Amino acid sequence: MSSQVSPEEKSQRSEGPSAGGRRWRQQAWVPYLFLMPFMVLFVIFLVLPLVYALGISVFETRLVGGTAFVGLDNYLRAFGDANFWQGVRRMVVFGVFQVPIMLGLALVFALVLDSGIIWLRNLFRLGFYLPYAVPSVVAALIWGYLYGPSFGPFTQLAELLNFPAPNFLSNTWMLASIANIVTWTFTGYNMIIMYAALQSLPAELEDAAAVDGAKGWQIALYIKVPLIRSAIFLTVIFSIIGTLQLFTEPRIMWAIAPQVIGDHYTPNLYAYTLAFTNQEYNYSAAISFVLGAVVVVFSYTFMLLTNRGELRSR
Amino acid sequence: MTPVAGKTTSSRKLRRKRGINTILLFIFLIYSFLPLFYLIVSSTKSNAELFSSFGLWFTSAFHLFSNLREVFTHDDGIYLNWLWNTAYYSVVSAVGATFVATIAGYAFAKFRFRGRTPLFALILGSIMIPQTALAIPLYLLLSKVALVNTPLAFILPSLVFPFGVYLMRVYAEQSIPDELLDAARVDGAGEFRIFFRVALRILAPGFVTVLLFSFVFTWNNYFLPLIVLNDPTLYTITVGLAAWNSQASAGGGAQALFPLIITGSLVGIVPIIVAFLFLQRFWQGGLTFGSLK
Repeated sequence: MSSQVSPEEKSQRSEGPSAGGRRWRQQAWVPYLFLMPFMVLFVIFLVLPLVYALGISVFETRLVGGTAFVGLDNYLRAFGDANFWQGVRRMVVFGVFQVPIMLGLALVFALVLDSGIIWLRNLFRLGFYLPYAVPSVVAALIWGYLYGPSFGPFTQLAELLNFPAPNFLSNTWMLASIANIVTWTFTGYNMIIMYAALQSLPAELEDAAAVDGAKGWQIALYIKVPLIRSAIFLTVIFSIIGTLQLFTEPRIMWAIAPQVIGDHYTPNLYAYTLAFTNQEYNYSAAISFVLGAVVVVFSYTFMLLTNRGELRSR
Repeated sequence: MTPVAGKTTSSRKLRRKRGINTILLFIFLIYSFLPLFYLIVSSTKSNAELFSSFGLWFTSAFHLFSNLREVFTHDDGIYLNWLWNTAYYSVVSAVGATFVATIAGYAFAKFRFRGRTPLFALILGSIMIPQTALAIPLYLLLSKVALVNTPLAFILPSLVFPFGVYLMRVYAEQSIPDELLDAARVDGAGEFRIFFRVALRILAPGFVTVLLFSFVFTWNNYFLPLIVLNDPTLYTITVGLAAWNSQASAGGGAQALFPLIITGSLVGIVPIIVAFLFLQRFWQGGLTFGSLK
């Protein structure tokens, strides 16, 4: 439709580029038209459910008397709900250990690959990234079998060597076992993000530093790492969000080791159980919002901390 | 990059360093491949052999083909259903989501308009929303319009891919020069013509990247299909495999479902791995322009 050139536009064209500004204003609706398909879907499938959830979170469905407005009662209940906060605490412990290990490994690998002081660079880049393509359901299933005491190869190896086999699916080990699955899946992904940022740094930088007598690891630590901090920042934020929302891995492990993982092992698992096992949709919606708030608080705290660090270093 | 002075000593030193680095990363490479290797090995074993043989090596018998037959015929061949469903949902969602995200990303990159910054911040911020916060009300709303338990219940919400808008915006900003658009405007081309004839062609690599990301995202998604699809014939591979796993664990392994799950997992990741290997240029390209901002 717009491929037709209207006479008006033609006359503007003859007026030359100076008329651009006027035509610009005339077509102010064009960007909105471009945005419309996405925004319509965004509003229907993202904003609307959120508003709806916010709405139902201030109601309660009772066996007697039907649905009643209860104000902030569900939120007050969430704030005092030990099951929920236990899950949050567990995810914080998980994140404090798992995220630095995963991102630390990713950063070291990215720096080594970027330095070029290595053979088989493409094999590593591809091989490390490959687990990211595996669905987390499948990753959790495979690792679940690898951990398993009945036919898991780790137990078999330990028995062969007469070691006491650690039970990876026990209470003591479960969190670490899940952390390992997440690390396996996402280290390569984060590495590629950092590697891509490193590759976009100008090569002269390294040469200049080398001329000044800086060693390889000094260049990496003091020059390259600060320059890719926005990429690292991105990986940290994604990791915080992902950790607090952990669902698939514990849900699969729940089937494999039901006595270890209960219905509130992670906050998301808890919200899911509340909604689909207990039919407590209202309370589940409130729990989800509190979890969303927790995610925002952690992400925002991290942003503030890093911003302060940057100010100090200036 | 290679130092010029002191050639012989430094090149020997460099080779040693290179060797150490390679060995260190090789350890992690083994770790990355181990579960996939285990999956391949296990898919060649019968249920009894899974329990009786060493997990990380093959047995003399080769049961891959009988396992595959079992996967595709179990429960009237429901796995084939899942495979088809997953492909169908993923392709439709990915194409739709990418197209919509591309137009939006282009608009954010190449137009100045009122509300541009807050709108973009809103879209980016939506990445932080917990999946339960969305999926549960989505389920309730979809059941009100009788869409729950239909393919659309999974496809329509999957069309919203905010990260794709972000990627396309960055890509469009970097790859399309304003002068080119202005030249086309001076030539009298309308904005839609410019987008379809000029911009889309330049955006093609970014388009393929976002297509891949959203395809894999939908293919691997578990939470949303778990909630909005309850009929086993509508399941995706991830939901189906998880259901088999629950059955197998509940039955204490008596049902001999383990070879089924293992072989089914292998078949389910083959399309993704193939797409990944053939289109790796785009994957990495996508992460490059995603991380620059």
